[in-house]
Amino acid sequence: MPRWFDALGSRLNRINSVVLTLLAVVSALIVGVFVIVLSDVEALQSGDFGRAFSEVANAYKALVTGSVGSLRAISDTINNATPFIITGVSVAVAFRAGLFNIGATGQMIAGGTTATWVGFAMDGPGIVQIPLALLAGILGGAAFGAIPGVLKARTGAHEVITTIMLNYIASFMLLWLLTTDLFQRPERTDPISKFVSDASRLPTLFGFMEGRADLTAHSGILLALLVVVLFWWFLERSKMGFEFRAFGMNADAAEYAGMRAKRLTVLGMVVAGGIAGLAGAVEILGRYGYATQSFAGTIGFDAIAIALLGRSTPLGTLLAALLFGALQSGGRTMQATTEVPIDLIVVLRALIVMFIAAPLLVKAIWRVKSADVSTGQTFKGWGS
Amino acid sequence: MRLELANITKRFPGVVANDDVSLSVSSGEVLSLIGENGAGKSTLMNILYGMYRPDSGGIRIDGSTVTFTSAADAIEAGIGMVHQHFMLVPVFTVAENVVLGVEPTGRLGSLDIAKARSMVKEISDKYKLDLDPDARIEDLPVGIQQRVEIVKVLLRDAKIVVFDEPTAVLTPSEIGEFFGIVKSLKDSGRGVVFITHKLKEALAIADRIAVLRRGKVVGEVAPHNANESTIAEMMVGRPVQLVVDKKIASPGAAVLSVNDLTVMDPDGRVVVDGISFAVHAGEVVGIAGVQGNGQTELVETLTGLRDAHAGAVRLGEFDISDASPRARHRMGMAHIPEDRQRQGLVTGMTVAQNLVLTRYHSEEFSKGMQVNWDTVSTKASELVAEYDIRTSGVDVEASTLSGGNQQKVIVARELSRDLKLAIASQPTRGVDVGSIEYIHSQIIAERDAGTAVLIVSTELDEVMALADRVLVMYRGAIVAEVDPKQVSALDIGLYMAGSKPAGAA
Repeated sequence: MPRWFDALGSRLNRINSVVLTLLAVVSALIVGVFVIVLSDVEALQSGDFGRAFSEVANAYKALVTGSVGSLRAISDTINNATPFIITGVSVAVAFRAGLFNIGATGQMIAGGTTATWVGFAMDGPGIVQIPLALLAGILGGAAFGAIPGVLKARTGAHEVITTIMLNYIASFMLLWLLTTDLFQRPERTDPISKFVSDASRLPTLFGFMEGRADLTAHSGILLALLVVVLFWWFLERSKMGFEFRAFGMNADAAEYAGMRAKRLTVLGMVVAGGIAGLAGAVEILGRYGYATQSFAGTIGFDAIAIALLGRSTPLGTLLAALLFGALQSGGRTMQATTEVPIDLIVVLRALIVMFIAAPLLVKAIWRVKSADVSTGQTFKGWGS
Repeated sequence: MRLELANITKRFPGVVANDDVSLSVSSGEVLSLIGENGAGKSTLMNILYGMYRPDSGGIRIDGSTVTFTSAADAIEAGIGMVHQHFMLVPVFTVAENVVLGVEPTGRLGSLDIAKARSMVKEISDKYKLDLDPDARIEDLPVGIQQRVEIVKVLLRDAKIVVFDEPTAVLTPSEIGEFFGIVKSLKDSGRGVVFITHKLKEALAIADRIAVLRRGKVVGEVAPHNANESTIAEMMVGRPVQLVVDKKIASPGAAVLSVNDLTVMDPDGRVVVDGISFAVHAGEVVGIAGVQGNGQTELVETLTGLRDAHAGAVRLGEFDISDASPRARHRMGMAHIPEDRQRQGLVTGMTVAQNLVLTRYHSEEFSKGMQVNWDTVSTKASELVAEYDIRTSGVDVEASTLSGGNQQKVIVARELSRDLKLAIASQPTRGVDVGSIEYIHSQIIAERDAGTAVLIVSTELDEVMALADRVLVMYRGAIVAEVDPKQVSALDIGLYMAGSKPAGAA
């Protein structure tokens, strides 16, 4: 090993979780290099490693230009990051209360559905429609989040199981709704909803720029940032946030201190569900303008990785979501301009999460010694 | 074999954990290493066991210097360690646990469990450990689990056996048996290092006592030349009041009245069996008993954490049988829980946050939906000063404090307001001598201020020292009420074991 490497190691001797997180991302990008090289079978067969590595350089360059290299790229990144930020906070707030919300997808669908209904069924001006539809989204998600909360508080049913199952229920409920006269677009036979009214659409961010219809970024990002700020206020300043944190770190001590465990369990899921519901509403009102069965995609699951990567802190979750959003838009450019498929993004994300979950591995690779080996506040075992 | 630690110094950022420490122990002798929490005992033992490398100084065995880079090296050199927290696999049998890592193998590398069993049997017989090789660890009481750890160490042929706070988890009778085991280890020619902060035990078992304070060896004494006060003074660095100084109580009206209280566990077994008693203003009532005789459940019921099956609890003139923990807290009930790590503190939160864990919602510390952290911080600083909590600040995590200081955080939180009733469960478990003295004086001060105090402790000495009246619990019932000034600890011990002293009615 070169001397600078050892020096770096000793410099990082007493690192904290922030550095560890960054190292996880860097480690994933390094492993990604090998993935790209190994997937280029032709170059490997011909032994043309120069070509393989120039492929790597091009791919990573495309990731950067495709995510932040132009106004168009930034616009796309914003749109991709918006639901990641909001659902990331949803999962993070549940983590902080000691709950594992795998149901962000279902809650997002529930919230998106109610927001869609407000969007096409009512016909008011934007100043009424938008807040109303967003509120409907929050309430829809909160109601859907309440189900696993109540089930856990009343019967002890673990939220990991119930939220996964409820994801399917939400998805197929939506599919059914989309075939009813109430929701289905009249001229269509496939399951797709009516358009929400133009007044219900979130304003675009770059609407003031003439002739740039390609800049689709909508103002949902402002809502997302507001959610992050509120998340910070909730955790650091509010009484209920203090209760969430105490309950998440030590449920026995919280009960001893007079906090009500069952109430906090239900509230934790309701709050997480409401936030995920908002994400659904923002996707419908901002990005699509109508609902399909798959509008929520895998965002609710990506949110788990985002909350883990961000260690369930407001700033961390925001940064992690921006990173995932950038990878998403950069990945499309990479797919279009190089031979590397967008699936690499999925691999990179998985690697990041793996390195986050295995801090000792990262420490071993980077020769870092640190007392703090925790993976942050996640969830307790299945028993409780 | 003679083991020497020569001039060991170990620094951590901000502290010198061991400062030029020299100790030695030889075959056939018991060295007791005594010191308060945070005095550097654990660091020293981790160095001896190869977990840490000393910054300077070294380890010598029979005069020649050795270097340990891992626990394996230490084991190889004949050093065995029985940790405070056992390293056992709960679902494995005794024999399986003992041979873990050094499994006797038959043909094709298969585990020779019969051999393992006979190895355990042999050691168990030799040292009268009375172990069943086929019992599963999870079915065994802690005292027996500790013996399994001892067999593990002996099987690896340790010449020097180190015990880290071995009695902390044991009941009084188990402690007696443990001392017997230490003696037989000594008689078989092994050296024993016995780490503790309990003065009595060091005096009872050790040949030499080395006292550690703030990383330094401040003295080495022989038990026959010392007593509890002299050692306590060496540990703390000032004279320590070992006897609780208190006036005769002047009890007032009944504050806590318990009537025919019956509590069942989730399996439907009666754990508190129709108990009735009262605690009056200005008196300390102690509940003595061996762990597991219903005291935990009683306290949890009195504080609202557990539902009673039958009976009534009154606080002053109010029936609080169905009141929530928070309502009871508001009515002037304080609760120092038996397990500070599990219940009393959120160790991942700051000292300030823990100091308001039961009060963050009050008008004093909050406004509307918000907690006023500035007020909390000011109040916390006051409490830290008033209750002598040793911490580098109110914004550090409670987990960084020593056990004694963590307990002081709880005591400060619970006693620093107007109270009618204070319930303290094991208020000084695992707490150092200096802090015990302080916590006891605070409890008596609370009594003298007119609060009714209920102390529940498995440490008979503590109950005897603090209480004005002692109730003995056995199998969920109160089997005796005694005046601690009139009866001996021995007699109370008999009640605790479910029998009666000769001559008692």
